[in-house]
Amino acid sequence: MALPAHAGKIETIWYYTFRVLCGIIFFFLIAPIVIIIPLSFNSVPFFTFTSEMLSLDPAGYSLKWYQDFFTDLNWQGAVQNSFIIAIFSTLISTTLGTIAALGLSRSEMPAKTVVMGILISPMIVPLIISAAGMFFFYTNIGLASTHLGVILAHAALATPFVVIVVTATLVGFDQSLIRAAATLGASPVVTFFKVTVPLILPGVISGALFAFVTSFDEVVVVKFVGSYEQRTIPWAMFSGIREQISPTILAVATMLIILSASLLATLELLRRRNERLRGMSPG
Amino acid sequence: MSTTVESIAAEQMVTADGIPLKVSLARARRRARNRALLLVAPLFLFIFVTFFIPIFSMLFRSVENELVGETLHRTVPLLQNWDESGDAIPGEEVFAALVQDFAEAQETKTAGRPGRRLNYEKPGFSSLFRKTARKAEKLEPPYKEAMIKISKDWGDIEYWRVLKRESGKYTKAYYLSALDFSYDPEGNIVKNPGEESIYIKLFWRTLWMSMLITVLCLVLAYPISYLLSTLPARSSNLLLILVLLPFWTSLLVRTSAWIAILQQEGVINDFLVFLGFLTDDGRLAMIHNQVGTIVAMVHVLLPFMVLPLYSVMKTIPPSYLRAARSLGANPFTAFVRVYMPNTVAGIGAGGILVFIIAIGYYITPALVGGQSGTLISNLIAYHLEASLNWGLAAALGAILLGGVLVLYLLYDKVVGIDNMKLG
Repeated sequence: MALPAHAGKIETIWYYTFRVLCGIIFFFLIAPIVIIIPLSFNSVPFFTFTSEMLSLDPAGYSLKWYQDFFTDLNWQGAVQNSFIIAIFSTLISTTLGTIAALGLSRSEMPAKTVVMGILISPMIVPLIISAAGMFFFYTNIGLASTHLGVILAHAALATPFVVIVVTATLVGFDQSLIRAAATLGASPVVTFFKVTVPLILPGVISGALFAFVTSFDEVVVVKFVGSYEQRTIPWAMFSGIREQISPTILAVATMLIILSASLLATLELLRRRNERLRGMSPG
Repeated sequence: MSTTVESIAAEQMVTADGIPLKVSLARARRRARNRALLLVAPLFLFIFVTFFIPIFSMLFRSVENELVGETLHRTVPLLQNWDESGDAIPGEEVFAALVQDFAEAQETKTAGRPGRRLNYEKPGFSSLFRKTARKAEKLEPPYKEAMIKISKDWGDIEYWRVLKRESGKYTKAYYLSALDFSYDPEGNIVKNPGEESIYIKLFWRTLWMSMLITVLCLVLAYPISYLLSTLPARSSNLLLILVLLPFWTSLLVRTSAWIAILQQEGVINDFLVFLGFLTDDGRLAMIHNQVGTIVAMVHVLLPFMVLPLYSVMKTIPPSYLRAARSLGANPFTAFVRVYMPNTVAGIGAGGILVFIIAIGYYITPALVGGQSGTLISNLIAYHLEASLNWGLAAALGAILLGGVLVLYLLYDKVVGIDNMKLG
């Protein structure tokens, strides 16, 4: 949207005002995330820039909140739990979600919209309601305060993301490839692993990433279904913010930002690969 | 029109096995449909067990009321014959049954919970039940006098009216309190006076704050989506990172960032004091109130508005605007009359999505909302964790869920559930 050569004075002013306006909005989006990073190197237990930090005095900076994170059993347990719970719930939700997406995208699937609406409703129901329901039910069947309970709960919450992402990948999927494989003598299983899987893999992986992040970032359900033994990183952050606020939270936040940046990069690479495979973009 | 031709043709045709083509085709179709259903079935079952059963059983708590009738199983049937609209308390027969029920409840230690249940309806029931259960065993007839001697509440007809009303298997009491109604001493349903109608007030606050957050998101998202859709791919992909990075960053990270920025000793206040706009003791209160909730939630939900808007705007050819200009429209008219109507689908998709997420939001208001900035979810959590009035929590949850489902159906009408996209 370059400024056309014939633009008048008002248009020129508006053009630059608009760009400044957009700049401010982008700043609003990204500044809170960027600002956390230097604050996590604070040498004093405050959530703000000290005068030493502003004058770039090395004494104003320290790694002690990172040290605190890596030596504190509370945090280390949380990291371990977060990964265990997220990995297992991702495996469950990706498997079930992908299979369901394959069924949903078949043209013979009856009542597609209704089924889809039901399958993705865990994403729409407010988390506090899901958490309350799961709390009562999982207590009754003895799954409350167990890792398995939290894993199943997170898997249920994450499947809608897998279903949506994989179904979207399958929209461009050429069903005649499957028939071609069949006419060439491949069994349905061989066709699935040799033809379908390589083509939908980018979609499955991005669905899995969505599922992983959903579980990794979830706190309401863990709080209700789990207990201290199932504490995850967001759980520890949540209670940390409520009880005694320390910059260790900002150190954790900085590491999570790096994690999400690398996730974002992975997704972008997958998207490009997907487009290339389907011949949607030159390269 | 062509169907008749086809069906006649199909009847006449047979497959190699001699089966009419129509039958064979129907069979193949049925098999294909079953195969599709079979693929969806595992997930459907999984979601049903891990998600739907829990939600339904929780919602059932909002009307379920078996406790009182179970514990007082001799008294309750007798109470059916008692006329609560008169001014006489029940007779000796009912009191005798009540004493037996309490003696049994004391043995099985089950008098506490129905007492607590009735205490929601009329304060005093909890201690009345505990006191009575302790002494019930030693009572001698006539029971009526003996009971009133334990507590003169047993001679108070209001307690009996509440007991009869709440002794059924189901109750509407939780929904009444969730909508700020209650019973007067005569048992009529009345609206709570203004200062006591906290739930309606909170529902309204949740609605208008979600609405404001949605509008703010739209106002902020529209210009940047427009910019993103008009820039060349290389620079728009770069700028899109600024939208996607917050989207992928943990919610807790973003919320703690806003605490660091907005709090009294936070970045903004420090900056304003440093510049001399504020004195050190005149720092702004921007957190633990509505401002904190709104700012942080707009930041959290903005990507959910930008992404659908951007994907719609990308598909609008720039030639539309140029055509409008060449036909004599000024830039403003061209934008409002030609461009904006084309983006309505994106506004609908983003707006409903943001609104749905906002009205059920819990974490951010819980951390930065303080007293005035909390939403209905926070009150549900309070009744689940602190007051332990689970029936009321379930009733509030059911009302919230009803609202969300209506919006979900609206979303389906406007966007179509199978058109939902992520990232």
